[in-house]
Amino acid sequence: MDYTFRGSYEPYISPWDPCPPIIVKTFPLPPQLFMNFQPASLPQFSPAEALQHGSLWPALVDGYSKREGIS
Amino acid sequence: MWVYEKKLLYPVEVKECNPKLARYIAEQYGGADGELAAALRYMNQRYTVPDKVIGVLNDIATEEFSHLEMLATMIYKLTKDATPEQLEEAGLGAHYVNHGHALFYENAGGVPFTTTYIQAKGDPIADLYEDIAAEEKARATYQWIINVSDDAWINDSLKFLRERENVHSLRFREAVEVLKDERDRKKIF
Repeated sequence: MDYTFRGSYEPYISPWDPCPPIIVKTFPLPPQLFMNFQPASLPQFSPAEALQHGSLWPALVDGYSKREGIS
Repeated sequence: MWVYEKKLLYPVEVKECNPKLARYIAEQYGGADGELAAALRYMNQRYTVPDKVIGVLNDIATEEFSHLEMLATMIYKLTKDATPEQLEEAGLGAHYVNHGHALFYENAGGVPFTTTYIQAKGDPIADLYEDIAAEEKARATYQWIINVSDDAWINDSLKFLRERENVHSLRFREAVEVLKDERDRKKIF
């Protein structure tokens, strides 16, 4: 899986924008968008890892953290 | 019929009193794109979708109730023993005078839950597309709650719940693909 599961764009920025501008806006493009139907025999996490990630399938996990700065 | 297991789907650790965070989490508890709306929507649509995809709706609806239980645990513990003053400061003054320390199905703005949040159109594709949209909206809601929360323990549980939305979205997308395979079946057999 080489997908980053994130997209980005550069919105128009006005010199008169009242808040400090965000130059690049990032947004999620989660794994399910690229799959539509899960292929057979994908690699699996161990049960403990699966619980931690919220999925048995690494290919379905994109994670999320506020540090990414998505807003 | 359901068999109840007296444990949470995923651990919920609440280390500090934080009524404001409880209020934000209410968006996923009793809000339009929350777990209650999801559970009731799928559990009800289940009856009028083609046989092959009933199980998906039933299983996911059931899991949504276990998510609802996790959120209830968070809200309960984040507000337990909070003083009326603390609740007022967190914007929960109106909640307190109506419900005390009880939980209620309402969104982060205090608007009570309503079934007008959900639909059952009786058209399999219309219903499944609503379900896919509901999962993506719930995923986004978890992102925004995580963004306004400084509680690492709560955020760990919220991240788990966000990932489940990804998985459910894919399962509904697969249900659509299964129904697409029914095309022209009558003519071919």
